[in-house]
Amino acid sequence: MSQSHDAYRRELARRRRLVWAFEWLCRSAAWGSLAVLVVFLGAIVYEAWGWVELGFLFRPNHDEARQAGMMGAIWGSIWLIGISTLLSVPVGIGAAVYLEEYARPGWFTRQIQLNISNLAGVPSVVYGILGFTVFVRCFGAFDRPQKLSLSLGFVEIPFQLPFGAVVLSGAGTLTLLSLPTIIIAAQEALRAVPASLRHASYALGATKWQTIWHQVLPAATPGILTGVILAMSRTLGETAPLAVLGAASYVSFAPGNIRGISDLASHPEKLLAAPFDKFTAMPLQVYTWIDAPNPEIQEHVAAAGIVVLLVFLILMNSVAIVIRNRFQQKIRW
Amino acid sequence: MPAGLRRRFTWQSATEYGIQAVLFGCALLSVLTTLTIMGVLFSESWAFFQHVSLTEFLGDTEWTPDLEQKQYGVWPLVFGTMQITFLSGLIGLPVGLLAAIYLSEYAAPQTRRVLKPVLELLAGIPTVVYGYFALRFLTPYVIKPVFEGLLGLNVDGFNALSGGIVVGIMIMPMVCSLSEDVLRAVPQSLREAGYALGSTKFDVSVKIVVPSALSGIFASFLLALARGVGETMAVSIAAGQQPTLTLNPLSQIQTMTSFVVNVMKGDVEVGSMLEKSIYAVALMLFLITLLMNLVSQIVLRRYREVYQ
Repeated sequence: MSQSHDAYRRELARRRRLVWAFEWLCRSAAWGSLAVLVVFLGAIVYEAWGWVELGFLFRPNHDEARQAGMMGAIWGSIWLIGISTLLSVPVGIGAAVYLEEYARPGWFTRQIQLNISNLAGVPSVVYGILGFTVFVRCFGAFDRPQKLSLSLGFVEIPFQLPFGAVVLSGAGTLTLLSLPTIIIAAQEALRAVPASLRHASYALGATKWQTIWHQVLPAATPGILTGVILAMSRTLGETAPLAVLGAASYVSFAPGNIRGISDLASHPEKLLAAPFDKFTAMPLQVYTWIDAPNPEIQEHVAAAGIVVLLVFLILMNSVAIVIRNRFQQKIRW
Repeated sequence: MPAGLRRRFTWQSATEYGIQAVLFGCALLSVLTTLTIMGVLFSESWAFFQHVSLTEFLGDTEWTPDLEQKQYGVWPLVFGTMQITFLSGLIGLPVGLLAAIYLSEYAAPQTRRVLKPVLELLAGIPTVVYGYFALRFLTPYVIKPVFEGLLGLNVDGFNALSGGIVVGIMIMPMVCSLSEDVLRAVPQSLREAGYALGSTKFDVSVKIVVPSALSGIFASFLLALARGVGETMAVSIAAGQQPTLTLNPLSQIQTMTSFVVNVMKGDVEVGSMLEKSIYAVALMLFLITLLMNLVSQIVLRRYREVYQ
């Protein structure tokens, strides 16, 4: 009797230890991620200390470590993100609206849906190769580059065919890359809009599109906006597709060679020429610095570039979080 | 039928149909993208396989398309990719799953509110940054002291291990959030039944919740590994650019993705074999990740059907 009682107590103690050990294992796995993040950021900030200053943001790049700057890369990234957002947001939301509001469940819709999830999993290098073939080389349809110019009456915009590794090619590639993510995020936001809202609108005699445009989309806007900003911040950090496009890392000026607002005021046509200009971008510039022969650039300038890139990402993410929190409080279904 | 109830042509209905058609076009663009990717990869790879036989591609053990003596055996690149994927899985999968169990079974709501954004942040850091961290921090300050200092092994400045570790860190948040979703979808009644039978929290978590969610967890693993296969920048920065057929994680390797980037970032001669070989490698990469993604999508859908 007492022997089996002892055995039971031993067994119980063993099980309690197991419970305790497993909980700590799980806990450390989860909190370990925070530790990794801290070490990670700490190491980078340490290397970048004293190298990030105002001049670094506003200088064109240079081979000399102390004169290196990020101006061209920052403007390149802004152009890329701007154009690709203009292209991908309407198309992405349009596709999401079709899939959520119009498409009848069935084989074809399921295929489109599956296809979008698969596209979201395609490695970004493959998108780079797609962009290289479609935009940079235009399927090899031209034997040698042809210099052309687009005449808009008041200004001539020079460009060439095939496009080559210009801003427009980069933005097009990033658009294709970010579309699946935006579609999926927008779909989730649309799904969160309650059906009663739609029914109320129909009951008042609104057509399908009137319902979507005046009721569903406004209600889903915060969710869509959050998803779009998060997708944009992902796109901002994409390096591989741009490297594959052959974007020129030696470019040190902003696309269109825009030197500032006063420059833009006197030469407004530069704004239209910029999409057809060569470019570099923040993550690409960082990659080039990591690869550079100069050890000071490899270590410190690259780290400084990373800090600037991360600050941009954190800014975008916090905007997304603010929007999410703001509207979560306002709207209660 | 009274005339008023018949469907008549109005501008309103025309606009409605027009808008629907435009939206359908937007959705169709994704299909078009897939078709273009496949078309481009297949047609250019076709040109490659006109010159290189499939037996050489899959039978040879040397990959030297940029040297004088050209050999097109893809295995060194495949081995490099497999090494990175294996190492990253070794770290990312168990840690991600344990963190997911913590978040879904143990953590208080306030803890979740802190940890979730941290994980999102970790997942949102660009991969070049991971590459920098691996090359400048992990290799000199962690891997070299441990393996060279303590164990006396030779460690290359570029090595597969550092790349594998950072890719593991990178896929861990993905495993965590996907697995957490499937763990939370396990009905509460199963857990309560376990407790009613005298199970401890460990028993419930490991012997009831995880097995019930196994197919979903498997799908999340597959999705994360596919991400590891396709990971480019961290690997090409940290793991080197030397295609070698090796299983030694301390030596320099080259993956399929880093081969593509390494060739393309320079000036490639249009129409050269080097350029064509990129499409062949990219096609392989695309097919491998597509297969992994498809299987995990199908498994996830089945899983959702079981519990909903």
